[in-house]
Amino acid sequence: MTSLLYDAPGPLARLRNVLYTVAFLALAAGVLWWVLAMMADKGQLEADKWLPFVEDSRVWTTYFLPGLVNTLKAAALAMVIALPLGAVLGVARLSDHAWVRGVAGTVVEFFRAIPVLLLMFFANTGYAMWTDIDREVRPLYAVVTGLVLYNASVLAEVVRAGILSLPHGQTDAAKAIGMRKSQVLAFVLLPQAVTAMLPAIVSQLVVIVKDTALGGVLLGFSELLRSAGLISANYGNTIPAYLVCAVLFVALNFLLTTVANRLESRLRRGKRSGGAVVGTERLEELDEAGPDRPVTKAGGGRVRGT
Amino acid sequence: MRLRTTGAAAAAVLALSLTATACGGGGDSGGEGGDGEKIAIGIKFDQPGLGLKAKDGGFEGFDVDVATYVAGELGYEPDQIDWVEAPSAERENMISRGDVDFIAATYSITDARKEKVDFAGPYMIAHQDLLIRADESEISEATDLNEKQLCSVSGSTSAQNVKDELAPKANLQTYGTYSECLSGLTNGVVDALTTDDAILAGYAAQPQHEGKFKLAGLSLSDEHYGIGLKKGDTELRADINAALEKMVEEGAWTESVEKHFGPAGYDPGEAPEITEKS
Amino acid sequence: MFDFLDLERYDLVGAFWVTVQLTVFSGIGALVWGTVLASMRVSPVPVMRAFGAAYVNVVRNTPLTLIIVFCSLGLHQTLGVALMGGRDFDTINFRLAILGLAAYTASFVCEAIRSGINTVPVGQAEAARALGLSFTQVLRLIVLPQAFRSVVAPLANVLIALTKNTTVAAAIGVGEAALLMKDMIENESDAVLLVFGTFALVFILLTLPTGLLLGRVGKRVAVKR
Repeated sequence: MTSLLYDAPGPLARLRNVLYTVAFLALAAGVLWWVLAMMADKGQLEADKWLPFVEDSRVWTTYFLPGLVNTLKAAALAMVIALPLGAVLGVARLSDHAWVRGVAGTVVEFFRAIPVLLLMFFANTGYAMWTDIDREVRPLYAVVTGLVLYNASVLAEVVRAGILSLPHGQTDAAKAIGMRKSQVLAFVLLPQAVTAMLPAIVSQLVVIVKDTALGGVLLGFSELLRSAGLISANYGNTIPAYLVCAVLFVALNFLLTTVANRLESRLRRGKRSGGAVVGTERLEELDEAGPDRPVTKAGGGRVRGT
Repeated sequence: MRLRTTGAAAAAVLALSLTATACGGGGDSGGEGGDGEKIAIGIKFDQPGLGLKAKDGGFEGFDVDVATYVAGELGYEPDQIDWVEAPSAERENMISRGDVDFIAATYSITDARKEKVDFAGPYMIAHQDLLIRADESEISEATDLNEKQLCSVSGSTSAQNVKDELAPKANLQTYGTYSECLSGLTNGVVDALTTDDAILAGYAAQPQHEGKFKLAGLSLSDEHYGIGLKKGDTELRADINAALEKMVEEGAWTESVEKHFGPAGYDPGEAPEITEKS
Repeated sequence: MFDFLDLERYDLVGAFWVTVQLTVFSGIGALVWGTVLASMRVSPVPVMRAFGAAYVNVVRNTPLTLIIVFCSLGLHQTLGVALMGGRDFDTINFRLAILGLAAYTASFVCEAIRSGINTVPVGQAEAARALGLSFTQVLRLIVLPQAFRSVVAPLANVLIALTKNTTVAAAIGVGEAALLMKDMIENESDAVLLVFGTFALVFILLTLPTGLLLGRVGKRVAVKR
């Protein structure tokens, strides 16, 4: 589609592109030089601020690596719990029974509206008051719980949008061969919806990784960002420590997106049809199709081509 | 067939999530303080000179020394101590929940806090002060802060004290941690950093900051650092008070003060009288 | 029970007013910058496409706390950017926070709009080009107006997330809800749970109507195909 917004570049346009590129690179180099000059001026490029990251292995063994492990642990746990829970909530919002739709809808709207940090704090207090989860793992539990409640709600919306985006012929055909409602969902609708929604799901997984950083300051959960704070307390290099931490986060999320994209193209390979890529963008179709309409009822949805 | 593979993948994810939660639940053994094996003590992890997670993964600082000594008097070897990070907002809750046996984390004794927890000590009296650049000549008393750039951390009372009572025209910046204030002080964007002098001295004493900063020496308030413990545990309080007295008598207290605050030229004076008795 | 809620001492209304201001200003900024980024990502100039893609991938993958802190430590402290705030920290930080929030949110706006562009039928752009319109004209007159109408709901989600994300501005001392919450936690340590409950409630009150209202608007303006 995007390439249809403009004609194939001719000789003049190609020349113009070269000029734009040169101008852009010159501008970028200028900004970079200015930033580096200012940093040098303020002493941020001094060797003893940066050398610890390459020379002192304790920066990694004491701070960054344990922090990374905790971030990964919390993110992985939150993902594997939030994904199925989100699917269940999403399906529940499309249930035939009004009360199921109502309950699921309330849960989703409620947990989407509260800042995750507050959810984490409530979870921490709740676990401390009503369960005997050990203190050492409680911050992890609280962080995971907060992330799960919020992200499962968002994923529920994604899954719902994915199911609604499927051609209605899928449901009809499945029913015609005698499948029960649960079978239609489990074997026909969900697998296709999940494949179609992968980009949106992946971007939500990235949000999970980043949001683990919220548990650091308030709950004392020693994740990656918190470890950067400890490094700056020890080495007095706040800006370099945060910069390296940002690079680690970007690398981690980039890795995650790359792996997910591989998985996606693998899932989609050889798929005949109905494998349309539906991103976050298609959420709006929820409203088009009516928010609380059961999908398994005949004539409920609307046939959609790709 | 393709549907089946996707279904299997979904099942695998579900199974993984179940095992993962099961694993998480498995590691619950041990740790609860007061069972004679381990003692859990709350400290700060990010305050040089007081409570800092050091480069080798151990903990160092004055609060840590005091806590270690007290734990020793209570019958716990250093390797039987579980150090727990005590974020300021969580300190009262951690004590009343029983997460920690006691907290030594720049914990000022105040009436509001005494509603929820009991204190032993104080083991040190700190004063609100200013940290300024070593070559600063314009700031010698609190009123000099008018029209100056002042920095502190959010949620702390010290910055509000200055702003409300001493120098209403001071330009106040609050950050999440002191490290960011220090960065501003180095860069010249901030003229002074205010909080308890003990905390400031800890930063000034760090090797990479040596000679760059100095304390203004103003004593704007008295902060009685105490050891927080569960409300009503008079026995533990008496034991901790006895341990603190012994620490001062034996000279370990002075030794630790010298070690952690000496390089910054900070002298907290004599050890304070124990006031928190029942 | 509600002793902690001393409205004379704690300016709850004022703090949430700052939250609303942050949301509105950075929302507008993010919308503009996000639209520019989306245009770059579909533009005929390769270097612009590369910049757009790189920006979105880096900014979207960095925790917001770090971006906001960089705005203060990097832009202001090190590079001396004061955004015409002089030496007044309140003004500077407020503007820096808006800048950071807008820069971060723009990457999500950009992706939403880009997918909105993908929902516009191919024939629309082809017809426009057949009329001899240039790229900017095609985008401005034909494609973007239709794209916007189909992404109101996703943009509403972005706006709700932005409202909650303003709490991160407390990291550089902007006097919004989360900063007030920290003060209240410090001073009212015996009612921490109630303090949190109050703030959670106000956030629900702020975000729920936004979602419902924009959901309605989205349905109204959607292009019927």
